[in-house]
Amino acid sequence: MAEKNQNPLDINGPNFSPNLYLDKMFKESTLRQIMDNENEIVKDTQTLHSDMQTLVYENYNKFISATDTIRKMKNDFKKMEDEMDLLASNMESITSFSEKINSNLQDTRDKISHLSGVHSLLQRLQFLFKLPSTLKGRMKEKNYIQATQDYIHAQRVLQQYGDMPAFQGIKTDCVAILEELKTELRKQFSNPNATTKELMESVDLLLQLEEPPKELCSEFLTCAEKRLSDQLVMLKDQSEQRDIVEFVDLGCSGFLSDLCLIIASFHDMFINRMNIDNTENSEIFENFAAVELEIFVKENMQKYFDLIQSKVDSEQDIADTNTLVQALDRFYMRIEGNTFSKNINFTTMATDIINNAGTKQCKAHLHILKLAFTDTLTKVRQTLTTPKLISQDDSSKNLTELLNSMIVTVVEKTKGVLQDLVAFISPEITFAKKTHFRECFCVDNVREGLVVCFLHHLTSSIKSICSEGILDSKIPPTLILLLSKFCLDFRNGSVRFLLSETDEVFHINQKRHGNAVTNESEIINSMQETAQYLLNYYVRLQGYNCSQMLRKSVETRDWLHTIEPRTVRAVMKRVVEDISAIDATVALLYEDQGTATDENLVHFLLDEILGSAVHRCLEPVLMEPGVVDIICERG
Amino acid sequence: MSGNDNSLIYGLEFQARALAPQLAETEKISFLIGTQSLKQTNNQIHLVEFNEEISTLKTTVFHHSEGEIWKITTSPLDISKLATCYNVISGENSCTFKTAILKLPATENPNDIENLEVVTTFDTKEYGNDVRTTEFHPNDVAKAASVIDNNVVLWDISETQAKCIRKMQLEGKHNPKFTTGKWNPHQNCNQFTTATETHLKTYDIRSGDLAWHIDNVHHQLVRDVDYNMNKQYHIATCGDDGFVKIWDFRQTNQPVYARNEHSHWVWCVRFNHFHDQLILTASSDARVLLSSAASVSSENNDICDLDDTKETETKQQLSDGPLQWCEHEDSVYCAEWSPSEPWVFASLSYDGRLLISRVKRSLKYQIML
Repeated sequence: MAEKNQNPLDINGPNFSPNLYLDKMFKESTLRQIMDNENEIVKDTQTLHSDMQTLVYENYNKFISATDTIRKMKNDFKKMEDEMDLLASNMESITSFSEKINSNLQDTRDKISHLSGVHSLLQRLQFLFKLPSTLKGRMKEKNYIQATQDYIHAQRVLQQYGDMPAFQGIKTDCVAILEELKTELRKQFSNPNATTKELMESVDLLLQLEEPPKELCSEFLTCAEKRLSDQLVMLKDQSEQRDIVEFVDLGCSGFLSDLCLIIASFHDMFINRMNIDNTENSEIFENFAAVELEIFVKENMQKYFDLIQSKVDSEQDIADTNTLVQALDRFYMRIEGNTFSKNINFTTMATDIINNAGTKQCKAHLHILKLAFTDTLTKVRQTLTTPKLISQDDSSKNLTELLNSMIVTVVEKTKGVLQDLVAFISPEITFAKKTHFRECFCVDNVREGLVVCFLHHLTSSIKSICSEGILDSKIPPTLILLLSKFCLDFRNGSVRFLLSETDEVFHINQKRHGNAVTNESEIINSMQETAQYLLNYYVRLQGYNCSQMLRKSVETRDWLHTIEPRTVRAVMKRVVEDISAIDATVALLYEDQGTATDENLVHFLLDEILGSAVHRCLEPVLMEPGVVDIICERG
Repeated sequence: MSGNDNSLIYGLEFQARALAPQLAETEKISFLIGTQSLKQTNNQIHLVEFNEEISTLKTTVFHHSEGEIWKITTSPLDISKLATCYNVISGENSCTFKTAILKLPATENPNDIENLEVVTTFDTKEYGNDVRTTEFHPNDVAKAASVIDNNVVLWDISETQAKCIRKMQLEGKHNPKFTTGKWNPHQNCNQFTTATETHLKTYDIRSGDLAWHIDNVHHQLVRDVDYNMNKQYHIATCGDDGFVKIWDFRQTNQPVYARNEHSHWVWCVRFNHFHDQLILTASSDARVLLSSAASVSSENNDICDLDDTKETETKQQLSDGPLQWCEHEDSVYCAEWSPSEPWVFASLSYDGRLLISRVKRSLKYQIML
């Protein structure tokens, strides 16, 4: 723009040079162009001129009024200038006054501020001097919190000035009181009546008083230990008087509650709070405290478990299963319901105790069953040896009755035991819901440890009556026969019944437990084998008894000097009678296996006798048929 | 297990219940059998030799004109000597038991049946009627002992008429009698063991006193006893209760071994002389049983383990119980091992059938290897 304006050839610009413009015109333009340009310029000049005239005319009035205003303003300014001068002189006098006042007040002000300093110092000193007595007062009131706060308040001063002779006394007093305070607080630890809140307070205060936390932690645990061991001693003392449910309750409300409180307060006091302070240190301490607590809890729980275990053991013979299970369940729920430790699973330990109790209960029941069976055996034996039974006509009835009652007794006793043990897995029992316990109890303890074991015991104890290698004439043969049938009946029904009853009541799935359960056929086979063994034994025993009679009778006779027989000899009659009696007895138990005598055998024996007679008699003579007929008729 | 595949049969025409191995024979396998017939004028003694290599029998028959033979025993020292207990018909309606020592001829006479020469006679009348056995002393050729009724009579047999040296008598209610008797081959052969009813009684022949006894070794009558040659306190017994038992007579409350495999009376029990785990029994159930008593055998010795552990480790011990059965058709009263060949035994049933059997080869190897 500036360039443009400076262009001397711009007719409208301020630097327009008419000469240059004309020169340029003359040099560059044709005449015609110049002529036209001249006309144009003339025309433009005329237009501009008229325009200017119009403008001047229009703005004239405005110029006149502006001139008037400017004249008036000139007068007003002159007046204002005078007033301003007056104001300036006034301000000057105010300043000087103010300065004068200020200098007058300076002294007083210094004095006041000094006095106020002295006052606060005095107040602090007074607090310090009063501190021992205040602390004492607080101690008396047992307001340990305030006492601690007071002390901490004065602590820094004491630290700073404690060495000055004037404060030394105070410091010593304070320290003494403080020691007392600490002892007092520590006493709380061992105070059996102190509530956990009180304890926490004490620890809190002691920590504020900068007591070493590790020491406190150990001390706290020692005191807690003492309290718990008191509980344990109490439990132990009560162990014999209380029944097991009461005992467990006592343990829950006493020992376990205390332990829980101790654990909780320990956490609050030593583990969680430490976060506030120095992080690094607190982490180390926290680990330390956690480990200490762990050990503490473990030891005490162990002691408690030992107590429970021994109580459970001692109770096993006395308490009925329901009570025992109830007590165990309460115990279990309590242990399961609380987390005593992050790392140790006390529920497992509790389960172990319950498992043991289950095993022992099954064993105890097995023992009872065994005793009962021995008892049954003795009774049966007595019944059989009592002579009246044999002589009575209805002995037959009695024998089957005896057998049936024996079977019923054994089966019912076993069933009763199973019914009793089912308490362990009843639905309202918490620990029974645990698969591990359940399977172990049902399969290993009840089915295998009790039922199968008892069935094996039956065969082995029955078998042992007829011990290998000895034919014991003291055993009533009928007993052997009876037991043989007993085994056979078990083989044919009772074994299956008892096993399926067990499987049903204790929800044992044969397929699922596969190898863990004894197969029914194994027991059935052993029953069968025992039955056969006894039957053989019976046959042998009876056979030998008869043959013995025959041998003796043959040996004692002088056959060379004997007369022709007229009657059947007494011993032969006796043998026949005995054999018939045996036959009858066997037929009673082993229903009708056919008492028909083997004719071939009889003929064979008769041939043997005839043969022997022919061979061994010097002059054999046949008996007269009439005599034989008579003998046969009489027989 | 059963079957007579390993056996050779030799049949007699008469009934027989006396069988004895020739104890002094160490090379041949030879047995003596005696017939039992009251009516036959001449009872017989058969000497049966078994040639194992070609499995054939050679028999020599002798007359035993003294009477029906109930028992034969042989001298363990003199191969030619044997003792028989026999029954003689003496007059009307009476029989007498006697015993004698006979001598086998030195040379064979294939053409004729000879009568055996009686070398020693015994006067047993004063001791009773039932002469059960006459047992040669194991190592004194001049001594023998007879079991007669309730007496054990120790004889001097060095001359033709035996002289009584000592008499040991059994006393008690109901006139007890001895069933049988046997020398104890151990203890310097100073003990003689007898069976009576269900008891064992052993006498010291030097004093005539009871040395030891075991009561109720069986539930019923004891039929036979046998000593284990390799275990000096072990004695086997068998009886009418069908059991075979082995006793350690130092500890008499119960047997160390007891089995009940036979279904009738057991009449005879014998330890194998070489491998005493092998027990032979004969029963009136018409069977002979070879069974194992390995658990109480002298070869079952744990001390062996120290010497050659490897061998005992690989060697499988037999379990106790039946090993091999021999079937007869009548009661078997005798079964005997051959004293010269450990794997051969003979058994004689009342119908006069002699079986000579071998121990099964597999069994033999199991014991030997």
